[in-house]
Amino acid sequence: MVKVTIDDVQIEVEPGTSILNAARQIGGEVVPPAMCYYSKLPGTGGKCRTCLVEVAQGSEKDPRPMPKLVASCSTPVMDGMVVKNKTSERVHENRGGVVEFLLINHPLDCPICDQAGECHLQDLGYEHGAAGTRYEEERRTFDPIDIGNKIKLHMNRCILCYRCVHIANQLTDKRVHGVLHRGEHAEISTYIENAIDNDFSGNMIDVCPVGALTDKTFRFKSRVWFLKPMEASCECTKCSGKAVVWMFGNEIYRVTARKDKYGEVEDQDGKTGWICNDCRFDKKDVSKWNIEGPRKINRHSVISQGQYLSPRSNAKQITDGNQ
Amino acid sequence: MGRKLLLEYDHVPGIETFDVYRKNGGYRSVEKALKSMSPEQIVEEVQKSGLRGRGGAGFPTGMKWSFLAKPEGVPRYLLCNADESEPGTFKDRYLMERIPHLLIEGMIVSSFALGAKLSFIYIRGEYMWILDILEKAIDEAYANGFLGKNILGSGFDLDLRVMPGGGAYICGEETALIESLEGKRGNPRMKPPFPAVKGLWGCPTVVNNVESIAAVVPIVNDGGDEYAKIGLGKSTGTKLISAGGNLVRPGVYEIEMGITVEEFIYGDDYCRGIANNKKLKACVPGGSSVPILPAHLVTKTATGEDRLMTYESLADGGFASGSMLGSGGFIAFDEDQCIVRNTWNFARFYSHESCGQCSPCREGTGWMEKVLHRLEIGQGTMRDIDLLADINKKIEGNTICPLGDAAAWPVAAAIRHFREEFEWHVTHPEEAQMRNFGLLKNVIVA
Repeated sequence: MVKVTIDDVQIEVEPGTSILNAARQIGGEVVPPAMCYYSKLPGTGGKCRTCLVEVAQGSEKDPRPMPKLVASCSTPVMDGMVVKNKTSERVHENRGGVVEFLLINHPLDCPICDQAGECHLQDLGYEHGAAGTRYEEERRTFDPIDIGNKIKLHMNRCILCYRCVHIANQLTDKRVHGVLHRGEHAEISTYIENAIDNDFSGNMIDVCPVGALTDKTFRFKSRVWFLKPMEASCECTKCSGKAVVWMFGNEIYRVTARKDKYGEVEDQDGKTGWICNDCRFDKKDVSKWNIEGPRKINRHSVISQGQYLSPRSNAKQITDGNQ
Repeated sequence: MGRKLLLEYDHVPGIETFDVYRKNGGYRSVEKALKSMSPEQIVEEVQKSGLRGRGGAGFPTGMKWSFLAKPEGVPRYLLCNADESEPGTFKDRYLMERIPHLLIEGMIVSSFALGAKLSFIYIRGEYMWILDILEKAIDEAYANGFLGKNILGSGFDLDLRVMPGGGAYICGEETALIESLEGKRGNPRMKPPFPAVKGLWGCPTVVNNVESIAAVVPIVNDGGDEYAKIGLGKSTGTKLISAGGNLVRPGVYEIEMGITVEEFIYGDDYCRGIANNKKLKACVPGGSSVPILPAHLVTKTATGEDRLMTYESLADGGFASGSMLGSGGFIAFDEDQCIVRNTWNFARFYSHESCGQCSPCREGTGWMEKVLHRLEIGQGTMRDIDLLADINKKIEGNTICPLGDAAAWPVAAAIRHFREEFEWHVTHPEEAQMRNFGLLKNVIVA
């Protein structure tokens, strides 16, 4: 076991644990945000750079601080490491920079976006974003495309976290989509609008941190905060059948997997509880589900009452380059 | 003229063929290494020589080799990074075009030192004609028993392959190179683990620049100590410099480390001064990714000492008043050149070559390019200059691989040293345009 201190909280973790996972074991305020890392998907992480933290002391043996901020999701802890997240001004500033980068080409369409209310980027924008934008150029735009008959891809909203690519690699027989082009022009797409058609493709929607991949059976039907999440289960031969159904009155509007407070799909019976497309898209009839009771949503987001009293109240407001 | 170790015979006609190369002392190091030295001894000689990676970062090659993990029953690989794509750098191209056997000789000795049985030369996609040259040379080496099974009866087997890339700058980053070689998208990997532990196909791998591998040949021939006698301090040996820009005699020069920058620019043996009797305005001493230096800091450091062609002297003063030797892409600018336009050009390159994996680089390089373009065409404002400086700060150090830093440094340095010129572009948009396009009168300025 190695000892690590994160924001003045000490914890002992297994050797090889990443800083982010050590912070998650502490929980609460010290956990860095993560847009691309997904603990259930090996190989994710390191890309979005929102989880940057400062390492004030490398280890017991080598107490020098690390010169650069490190991505906490892909940096393993060392014995005696001292990490600063919330307590570091440098982290705050650079994370704000990363959020700004993520937002410069992201459309401001939260009012019509299905992800609003559960969007990680929205939360991050509240926590670290500026009130105005300094980006005067034209935004990069793509047309929304259908990938398969149940999933819509809004590439404009994508932050290229690669989670959907990893999930297709790990959950399906054959991945038919990936990243095309590079740099600013990189986009998630299928090969010449090939349809994504396999039993577990719907999980792409669950892992997407933003509203780039949306459920076509739920698009524009309702805002998530008007729906009641209920834990439900069904007999399914393909998946665990344990899901959350989002209801309005007695009608099921959408079905998702059960997610924890970091937005990741919870384990069911010792395995990650991915749900199949039949459960997600086709079982919208209450009689097909065994409703177990209300689902408590742990994740705080912009729609939680009192979560953000005043956005960025303790940080300086940036409205243009002069300030 | 200093001593030449790599380009000693480059003027000999037919040196690209095996026979001529062999007659001029070629493949001596293979005979010496395989017959009288152990792999450990070669690594030791390279460590003694103080050879530093010639690809840009300047990390000691011997130390890199000593980090290579050697688990039982797992193959090890040596990769030669010939993905030379840095604007301003063309030394590897010259070396491979003229003396391909020198690289192959270096590869054999280095592979023997590292215990690699299969080695690759990863060459950039734009160098297709060099691919032919190298493959021809490799065939000759196979035919003469320097490659293949049981080389020179020593029991050492080596296969050498040349693999062309698709022409992406990012594939010059070692982990992206490995990904590309494996047939995947050339995205840099997260580090740790480093390639020395987990590289090509998960096996321990060393990636070295063409020039570093070629430099192993004289080190083995003459001994590491002899090599370390050339140069100054921690910058030992000779270095190939690709001189370009407004120089009387641009080209590839092999210099002894430690000559002054002044001698290099104005000396008769080297570039012979600035073309057309113009004055030097600025200089990028190590390829497009290193900070630009204004004329008064090129030949003298901030403290008034002579600036030398060494890793340390060029970096003297840190980023405030220094730069880096980098890959040796020496670009000189005369008084007529526009720094804003040049900075935009570099930024455009990095924006084009960013792999798009991590957000600061993907979004930041494109943003910088757009802001610089706006400044360049006379549509910028004063606050754009501060904005650029701020974008820089947010990219630098926050990316997966050094491409983000490489994109940020030249812009930061240009603003630091040539801020007046940026401001002049804002206040005199039409003149700035006319200067860049000669006498063009009808300038579109918003």
